[in-house]
Amino acid sequence: MSVCSLKPYAIEPKDSRDKFPAPLLFIGWEHHHMFCAPVCIPVPGQTIFRTFTDEILQEIYGAHPEFTSIDWKAVTWLKSGKVFTPRFDFSLAENGLGHKDVIRFKTPGLNGIKGSNS
Amino acid sequence: MSNVFIAFQANEESRPIVDAIIVDNPEAVVVYSPGLVKIDAPNRIVINRETIEEEVGREYDLQEIHLNLVTLSGNIDEDDDQLTLSWNH
Amino acid sequence: MDAIVKRKKIGLKQRYQTMTRDLAWQTSYQDMDKVFPYDKYEGIVVHDWDEWEDPFRLTMEAYWKYQGQKEKKLYAVIDAFAQNNGQLGISDARYVNALKLFIQGVTPLEYCAHRGFAHVGRHFTGAGARVAAQMQSIDELRHYQTETHALSHYNKHFNGMHESNYWFDRVWYLSVPKSFFEDAMSGGPFEFLVAISFSFEYVLTNLLFVPFMSGAAHNGDMSTVTFGFSAQSDESRHMTLGIECIKFLLEQDPANVPIVQRWIDKWFWRGYRLLTLVAMMQDYMLPKRVMSWKEAWEMYAESSGAALFKDLERYGIREPKGWKDACEGKDHISHQAWNTFYTYNAAAAFHTWVPNEEEMEWLSEKYPETFDRYYRPRLEYYDQQHKEGERFYNKTLPMLCQVCQIPMFFTEPNDPTSICYRESDYRDDKYHFCSDHCKEIFDNEPEKYIQAWMPVHQIHQGNCFPEGTDPTVDGFDPLAAVLEYYRINVGSDNFDFADSEDRRNFMEWRGGEEPEVSP
Repeated sequence: MSVCSLKPYAIEPKDSRDKFPAPLLFIGWEHHHMFCAPVCIPVPGQTIFRTFTDEILQEIYGAHPEFTSIDWKAVTWLKSGKVFTPRFDFSLAENGLGHKDVIRFKTPGLNGIKGSNS
Repeated sequence: MSNVFIAFQANEESRPIVDAIIVDNPEAVVVYSPGLVKIDAPNRIVINRETIEEEVGREYDLQEIHLNLVTLSGNIDEDDDQLTLSWNH
Repeated sequence: MDAIVKRKKIGLKQRYQTMTRDLAWQTSYQDMDKVFPYDKYEGIVVHDWDEWEDPFRLTMEAYWKYQGQKEKKLYAVIDAFAQNNGQLGISDARYVNALKLFIQGVTPLEYCAHRGFAHVGRHFTGAGARVAAQMQSIDELRHYQTETHALSHYNKHFNGMHESNYWFDRVWYLSVPKSFFEDAMSGGPFEFLVAISFSFEYVLTNLLFVPFMSGAAHNGDMSTVTFGFSAQSDESRHMTLGIECIKFLLEQDPANVPIVQRWIDKWFWRGYRLLTLVAMMQDYMLPKRVMSWKEAWEMYAESSGAALFKDLERYGIREPKGWKDACEGKDHISHQAWNTFYTYNAAAAFHTWVPNEEEMEWLSEKYPETFDRYYRPRLEYYDQQHKEGERFYNKTLPMLCQVCQIPMFFTEPNDPTSICYRESDYRDDKYHFCSDHCKEIFDNEPEKYIQAWMPVHQIHQGNCFPEGTDPTVDGFDPLAAVLEYYRINVGSDNFDFADSEDRRNFMEWRGGEEPEVSP
């Protein structure tokens, strides 16, 4: 049952794409819980992936002491928990990222503050 | 056979209730902890209005226990003269 | 105490029957189903409402009399507390932040409970259930009022309490308690009873009440302690209603068992998630600590809960699906939650801080397997950064779980190094969850949760700025605009305790001494 109710009623989702200035993207840096949870930001679909890592992720995660040590070539990615291989010279949309997608990146060899996953 | 229990705030108002319970329920065990007095007994606890009246020296309405009651277990049988906690099964 | 109690003309049982059940009737001008339109649609079957056993036989007359006496006692103490500047008797000004969390996140729930019980108190066909719900509705309104009064004195002297009702409807972390209760209130009357009377007021109640009240007792807060004592006997009535309603539903018809089981699964989990805020309060916000969240969980959930669900086995009820994951979480959730509020303290209306060395030792001792390994290193790092003038504040909004609305900081059961991610697709959109159990709640009623007002999403939609804001102007600061919309006073309600007006004031009032437990 899609909802237990007295009678059927028309339901509008609160967070459909049309309600936002750009598609929402959820991003998590694995094993770096100084950022307690993944983040949620609207990012235009035309944003080039390289710009996304160099500028947007820098702004979000730059405060972490390990951020500047990230070797982006070694980074592995997941999208909805499945292996994802982004093409850095293409846009987020061309990489198949749409509204409310979730991506996670892992930075091998970097395990957070004092190796505590922080 | 399981225990029933009743617990009150530990203060001057609950003192005569606790004393009355001890008189009428020889198998009851009373434990005091900060702010709380808890009474356990096997299978049943009976609280009699008349016994409380003897302790407190005035007419007493049994529902006054609501002022200081914290928690209890067991099935409740209640009338003007007594409140009984017991297990049916 | 009142004067001589009159000898009653009829006995208690008769009096109660006359003034409650006997006032009900089978309607003849209108069909009973029209007069009581809400109590069949959930699929719950009731054959005989006379089987409902009233836990206590309080007539309204007795109710008013004894509640009135409790009020007189309570308000006398609240007055004395105010007149004697009781706020100076607390252990440390950091303690007040636990009270801020309480007035912001718990007190409004009393009002929600009041409204919820008033609603179901009209809609059950059974008069006994209606009477019990109506009394609880008034109890809950009383709790809303008495908590507000007990804490109002602190509002004169400390920040972070001044707009609690306004914040409840808007501020990001308060959508956690708000969505919890609105989920219950928008369900049917039977779900409401299983959610609130049973799951919350019976199964989980000690995990809310005891941490705050014993925290108050240990930290010199006479006002809150007295409120707690005053509410205790109300709570005993609520607990007995909770256990009575579950037995009644399960005994009426076997068809009710799977429905009730699903609600127990859902509401145990939603209640457990809500209690994350209490876990954090208990482990981090009490300068004089009482017991750890882990210890409280073991005492009040694992021991009591095990006995309870063993008892319910005879009806065909098993322990809630999320039970094991909730037990696994006891070593982690308080630390993960504090980390969240510490790093997002720019946007929260209470202060946070890094625990001092003695407090870290206590945490190490209470959490021997997890604290030193996963959580101490980051706290020490934060402390170092603060000392260097670089206190870390996260400025990017977090991802929230669609159901519990908590930021997604929970980790995979048995793997605290990895955030737990779950998702569902529904009608062309993705929805995300912190756990299998929130996902299952969504999957059972997706159209309920796709309507959720999620604070982070609402901010990104531009709905959380003051009226007339233009987000396209140069130099627009969305966080500042949101805080203005929230009516959070920047620099006095938010940020670290060490830099706060609360701390400076308290030191001055105490005659300039360093507080006993300094940050």
